[in-house]
Amino acid sequence: MSISIDQVACTGCGRCGEICPGSLIRADREGKAEIGQPADCWSCTACLKECPAGAIALYLPPVLGGSGTRLQVKQEGSLLHWRFTRPDGTLKTITVDRQSANRY
Amino acid sequence: MKSITLSADILIIGGGAAGCYAALSAARHRVGRVVLVEKAHIERSGCLAAGVNALNAYIGRGHTPEDYVEYARKDAEGLIRPDLVLSMARRLNEVVGNLEKLGLTILKDSEGHYAERGWRNIKINGENLKPLLAAAVRAEPAVTVLNHVNVVSYLSDGERVAGAVGFGVREPIQYVLKAPAVICATGGAAGIYRPNNPGSARQAMWYCPFNSGSGYAQGIRAGAEMTTLEMRFVALRCKDTIAPTGTLAQGAGARQVNRLGEIYEERYGFTTSGRIYGVRQEELAGRGPSRLRAENLSPGQIEDLYKAYLNMAPTQTLSWVEQGEDISSLSVEIEGTEPYIIGGHTAGGYWVDTRRETTLRGLFAAGDVAGGCPQKYVSGAMAEAEIALEAALDGAELRPELDSPEPARCLAEAEKFLGRPAALFTTGELAEALQKTMDEQAGGRGAGYSYQEAGLNQAEARLDELEDLSLGLAAANMPELMKIQELRDRLTVARSLVAHLKARRETRWPGFGLHLDYPRKEDTWLRYVNSRLKEGRVEIIFRDMVRGDKYEHQY
Repeated sequence: MSISIDQVACTGCGRCGEICPGSLIRADREGKAEIGQPADCWSCTACLKECPAGAIALYLPPVLGGSGTRLQVKQEGSLLHWRFTRPDGTLKTITVDRQSANRY
Repeated sequence: MKSITLSADILIIGGGAAGCYAALSAARHRVGRVVLVEKAHIERSGCLAAGVNALNAYIGRGHTPEDYVEYARKDAEGLIRPDLVLSMARRLNEVVGNLEKLGLTILKDSEGHYAERGWRNIKINGENLKPLLAAAVRAEPAVTVLNHVNVVSYLSDGERVAGAVGFGVREPIQYVLKAPAVICATGGAAGIYRPNNPGSARQAMWYCPFNSGSGYAQGIRAGAEMTTLEMRFVALRCKDTIAPTGTLAQGAGARQVNRLGEIYEERYGFTTSGRIYGVRQEELAGRGPSRLRAENLSPGQIEDLYKAYLNMAPTQTLSWVEQGEDISSLSVEIEGTEPYIIGGHTAGGYWVDTRRETTLRGLFAAGDVAGGCPQKYVSGAMAEAEIALEAALDGAELRPELDSPEPARCLAEAEKFLGRPAALFTTGELAEALQKTMDEQAGGRGAGYSYQEAGLNQAEARLDELEDLSLGLAAANMPELMKIQELRDRLTVARSLVAHLKARRETRWPGFGLHLDYPRKEDTWLRYVNSRLKEGRVEIIFRDMVRGDKYEHQY
């Protein structure tokens, strides 16, 4: 499974590469983040949460039925705003409060 | 290559749930110098990377640690170490209290008690459990965290351990880490068997794919005794995304049904192994696939489930969102994963005494790498870390330094891999060959989790070949060197695992593995299959059941 990194939005801060549990993200020649082996990604979303520029999105690969929706996350205090961008451009947002426990 | 030597009072290998908790326990015990070494970065490394949304090991109101032992015993068809499960269970609630103090959100009822999901399970928001632990570790001045260092071997004389050797994952640096007490908390092993999905989704797996079994491998190579590796773990998961099913089943009341809509759980029993076995048997009987079906859900409940999955397995929510919105029921196809070796769920790992000391003196094990204590999950791994830490401190001042040839040997080996301009095979190709061999000949998913002696013998021969071939690999840089070391660790674990599968001539946990030559459970096999590497061969040791609450090694 994997992530896509928006090379325009990426500021090259290197935080995603620092915390990736698989050490999969490195800097490319221009100092921007790139994932060396996308197939090695576990889809844990650690990099999405760490990225201050919101440049990283998670997607489902076609082999798992993915149809192109991108998932991004923005942190605001204890809130995590998860944003789904569908291929037709429509959006869905789900906000999770870290101070609110799972009901199930 | 540059070399750095560090000395500490306690060396902790692996900065996941158990390792971080061991470091915090060390700080509480006022240990002067603690080194915590982690191959990624403790902020999000290990099993907790994406988060968890329940703590599955907890003693609920009206229950006792002894109840937990009985539950674990039943689930493992009798094959547990009661001393280990009991000592772990006694500390569970204190661990949970400590996690709440660190800032973990735990659901409470109207009277302020933890809201229980069954008597062993509490609901949390554990999306940030790992960052909370990491922040607490970083705040301890006595703890030095070495991120991005991959440990490859112990400083050992075959009888005891007094440190470890590692390499930078990014920088060409060798680390020689010396300590009179070492806690191994590296986690279990994924990537030994061919995963459910190929190619671009190959790491869509239940267990952390970066856990390569290095702690087992280093123990095996140093001559430590291992136990019950043949009790592999197969997880029941949502098809494709390999996301958890417990939230749907226990949380939303979803039932496990076959193609005909029949609820069939009773037929196979409610043990962890039984649930997996049921899915497989229904499929063989032509009644597959199985699904988890939750009906009459309100939009609010659906939203809550979406959130629960975002907190631990975001791909599942992504998949639901992609499938469409107007739903009042969720029906998810379920399947078993490829097998893993993981002492936190099943019982494979280091053979330890009640204090969690391995058969190598000065080396302690906690979490998924420690055997004999299934059903420990996250909170139990932490309880074990604290037990191991207390034992590690006991008498540490009496253990002198060891003069080990390992740093020089490891360096020479690493430089061979790094110095080779190219090789015919890549590390990825050999990893694929390992997974194919294990899948087909050692009871992988492709073989319906079944195996027989002739196939295991073929697997043994092929693993020996792959080990020889791995010596000829080339690494262009330090990340590639780590990949070679991980592959070699997996090969070492696989070889011991195959010997264990051969040695247990019965089928005790049919959901986790079926021995076709010996398809039944036999009372005579209610004993431990242990092993030790001796002169390059895996030697099997049978041990009688441990009874009571204490076990000591006989040196």
